[in-house]
Formats: sequence, C-alpha cells, structure tokens
Amino acid sequence: MKPPQSQDTSWLKGKARQMRIEVLKMLYQAGSGHTGGSLSAADIVTALYFAKMRHNPKDPDWPERDRFILSKGHAAPVLYAALALTGYFDISLLGTLRKVGSPLQGHPSSKLLKGVEVSTGSLGQGLSIANGLAMGLRLQGLPSRVYCLLGDGEVQEGQVWEAAMTASHYNVDNLCAIIDYNGLQIDGRCAEVMKLEPLVDKWLAFGWHVLSIDGHEMAEILDALDRAEGIKGKPTLILAKTVKGKGVSIFEDKVQYHGVAPSKEELEIALKELGANG
Amino acid sequence: MANRPAEEELRKTLSGQGVETFAGKAIATRDAYGAALYRLGMENPKIVVLDADLSCSTKTIRFAQAFPERFFNVGISEQDMVCTAGGLALAGLIPFASTFAVFETGRAWEQVRQTIAYSSLNVKLAATHSGITVGEDGASHQALEDIALMRVIPNMTILVPADGFEAEQFVRLAAEFEGPVYIRLGRAKTEAVMPADYKAVIGKAYTFSKGRDVCIIATGTMVSESLKASEILSQKGISVGVVNMSTIKPFDGETFLKAIEGCRLVVSAEEHSVIGGLGGAIAEFLSERAPMRLIRIGTTDTFGCSGTPSELMKTFRLTAGDIATSVLTNLG
Repeated sequence: MKPPQSQDTSWLKGKARQMRIEVLKMLYQAGSGHTGGSLSAADIVTALYFAKMRHNPKDPDWPERDRFILSKGHAAPVLYAALALTGYFDISLLGTLRKVGSPLQGHPSSKLLKGVEVSTGSLGQGLSIANGLAMGLRLQGLPSRVYCLLGDGEVQEGQVWEAAMTASHYNVDNLCAIIDYNGLQIDGRCAEVMKLEPLVDKWLAFGWHVLSIDGHEMAEILDALDRAEGIKGKPTLILAKTVKGKGVSIFEDKVQYHGVAPSKEELEIALKELGANG
Repeated sequence: MANRPAEEELRKTLSGQGVETFAGKAIATRDAYGAALYRLGMENPKIVVLDADLSCSTKTIRFAQAFPERFFNVGISEQDMVCTAGGLALAGLIPFASTFAVFETGRAWEQVRQTIAYSSLNVKLAATHSGITVGEDGASHQALEDIALMRVIPNMTILVPADGFEAEQFVRLAAEFEGPVYIRLGRAKTEAVMPADYKAVIGKAYTFSKGRDVCIIATGTMVSESLKASEILSQKGISVGVVNMSTIKPFDGETFLKAIEGCRLVVSAEEHSVIGGLGGAIAEFLSERAPMRLIRIGTTDTFGCSGTPSELMKTFRLTAGDIATSVLTNLG
C-alpha cells in the first residue's frame, strides 16, 4: 500500500490520527488493554503499513511481502487498527477486541487472525523470530524485508541480546528492528526500574547500524526506514524516541496508562483532541 | 532454492547410494539422528538445522559440514535458537533445532510454548542427552523431566525412539509432519530392538507381545530393558506383554487398551521421572478409562548423578532385573 504521493506526510499523519482514534475506541469497548504503548507506536506502525511495507491485504500470504513482527505484543490494538484500516478485515471487528471468541486476542494470535505473522505477547522473543524469518527469506532468494517492533523495557530481556548477536553474526541486513523508546514501563520510568542507557552504544557494540529518530515525526520515520534498507552487511536498529500515550494530552508520558483502557469520559476528551467527529 | 555448487556436487555424489539403515544395529539414537538428518538434507533443500554450540554432541555436525548455508549455529543461546527456528519455519522452511534435552525443554520452555506451540510452527525440536545415560556429566545435564515439560504444551507431538532404526524413521516422519514435534534422543549406545520390517507411524505404539498377566509399556532406552525383563519373568511362568510407546503424545489409547486386556498389572518404564512422563500419561489414562493396578518404573522425584550409564541404570533401578523384581513384588 502506498500513500497518494509516496512522501506525502500530511496524508500519513491523517492516517496516524485515524489509527489512534480506532485504538482508543477499541480499547474503550474492550474495557482493558494497553493504551500508552499502542499510542506511542502509532506513527511508526502507520509509516510501515501505509507507506513502507510491501504487502497486500487481499493476499496476506503473498510470499514476497514484507513482514512485521510485533515483539511488544501488548501493543496489539495498534496492529489491529493498521490491519483493519488497510483492509485485512472489516473495521467492525475491532469492537470485539479481548472478547470471548474474537480473533482479536489481548495479545496477537497468528492462528486466529490473518495478517498477524506470529503470535507474540511474551516479551523478548520477537527479534529472534524476525532473525530466523529474515534468514529464511534470504536463503530462498526472496526480496522481502522484516520489521520488528520492540518495546524499550523489553530490551531488559536477555534473549533480545542473544538475538542482537545472532543478527549481527549472520549479517541479517534484510532486517530492521525498531525500538519504541517511550521511556516508561509498568513499574515506572525505565531509567529507574532497570537502566537502559547507553542504548545506542549497546547496539553499536553488538554490531548493528543504529539510527536515532523522533518516532512521531513522519518524515524522519520514513527517511530512517529508507536508509535502513540501504544498509548492507549488517542489521539496522531504529531507536525511535517516543512519548507514551502520544496524541492525547491526558495520557501522555503517564505510567498509569500502560495497561489501562480509557474511561467513557477520557475517550470523549481524547476523541475531541484527535478531532474525531462525535 | 539456490544450491551452492558444492552442495549440488555432494548431492550427485551421494545420490543412488541407497538408504543407510540402522535396522538391527546397536547405535546411540543421537548418531542415528545425525545420519538421518544428513540424508534428509540431501533430499530436501527445505531442511535447515540449528544448534547451540553442541553440534559435535548432538551430531548435527554432519549436516553442518555438508550444507553450511542451511546450518545456523547460534552459539550458547537456546532461547534464541528456538525462536530463530520459529522464524525459519515462518519462511516456509523445515527447521530441526538441536541441543541437550535439559536446555531445549527447560531453558527454552517458554519459547517453545509461546512461539513454537501457540503459533503451531513447523519446528522440530530434536534434543539429545536425555535421561541418566548421559552418564558422567551428572544431574545438571541429565534431563529427567523433559517429556513432562513438553507433554503439558498443547499442539506438541512427542516422539521417543527405542533404537537407532526407529530414530532415523522418526526424523523423516517428523519432517513430513506439519507442526511442532519434540524428538527425545540419547547419548549412549542403544541396543537394536525394532524388527527389520518395522514401519514407524507417529501416534502408533508397537506391540512386541501380548501378555496374559502383565503388560509393560515402555519408551526409549527402556524398551530393551523391558524385553529382557519379560524373558526373565516368562522363565518364572509369568506371561508378560511388551509395548513400545514411542509416541508419548498423542497417546495411543487404542493399542494400549488392547495390550493390557486381561492383565492384572500394568507397568510403565521410562528413563525419565515417573512424574509427568510416560508413567504419568498412563496413570491419567488408566484412572479415567480402565482403572487397574499400575507400577511406574523410572526415576522417582530425584535428580540424577555422575557415573557410567550402566552403573546409573543400576543405581536408579532401571535394569531388566529391577523391572522383573518390581513385577514379582507387586504381583504378590
């Protein structure tokens, strides 16, 4: 899927706003879920699904498609919004999030929902999966790229660094990892719970090409994704500085909205801020 | 898939040499695995293999040397290995991921549960060094709970070959099977027990003999011990049947019920804890479907220890003589 003009960021910004509206509506209807980390990732996921990735919602198994692995599986709502808005399924399905019998599980299930590449939700595993997928595609001569979105707190998982070593060792350059660096995790600020810095140096030391960007500036995101594609011989990490709850002032940079859905009043405030009608 | 010239050359050189078979040969199941994997690699370019720095011990080295482009050593990182295998399966390949059973099922348990089984990815977890016959390395390296750990995971198929011949057939069957499979392999040489015309089927137990008094349901290395125990007991006038329950999950209840029909005593035998493994599976099945007396031969809620494999079989009372004694005691 491509925007009307490939670098038309205002069109993409509109899509990102629409994504946030759908995320908040589905979370409100579900009555639970992860608001903050879905909103912080909204611009990145919009850039991928509406501009960068080669994929076909009408043919979700197209072998040459680019793949997206949501390693921070708790941001499922933002993935579901992207899949619905790009046409993988009817948008009305978003109202079933987290309900018994719904394909929209609390964390993504690939067995239940086409468009989800692999089930995630247990942190730390996505980058290893992305490595295997990228190496497997490369081995078969497929041109596909693999994108893997990680949470910042998630890199506290040791397996992430095992995978970081593997990607570098095998020169997995058809892989691009992105960290949604919003600085908060369930128990508080990452810096206080378990220090992450110096994050750029760590990834550089593991043999990655690293790009630091503002994860809410659409032009910067697109530019970084393009540059990552041009890097050969090593994997690329995009360290995207973001704000948890981005787009709605009452949720922004608030740790308490990590795993809480908006109330009716909060939803109304949020939709008004995002300029949704009604 | 593009083959490197060397790989193509190798394929040509080795094709038409006939299928190596371990029927009737005493061999460690890990050796049979290594050989079978290599053959499979020649035939099917979709086979890829992962290891975590143990390729000489797990015997994936033979595949690694022949098909370096399809071999991924991830270093000492079993959790990464399991999920990387998952990714390779997502790319449409058939990965075999190998390390010691302790690490494959223990260290990487949650990766197996979440990434492999929950998404039902086509990954083959082929783990060596199961049971106490690991020997001198001791408890840290002796998996006595791996079957239990895999058995509680939905979507998991569990295969425990009794000898090299069955192991090589399981490797091929696992590759043909769509979905996660755990194959439990051993380090020490295992006597050949399966007949030359044996054709392994996933989910189908093999009945050596039907007994009138006792039925021993065994798996893995304990099949040969059970066959010997049945001879000891028959000399004492006790009619003993022996079944090789080489697929632990799904459990072949049909063969099991036929085999125990008319018996007074059922015995489970495994080189694994009596908790949660074959003995556990049988206890669960029996108590619901056909309540009767069961004794479970295996390690009894304990860790292993160092020693030679044969010394340890005696120490942990897993020999044919131990099985026979236990049957005699319990028959009263």
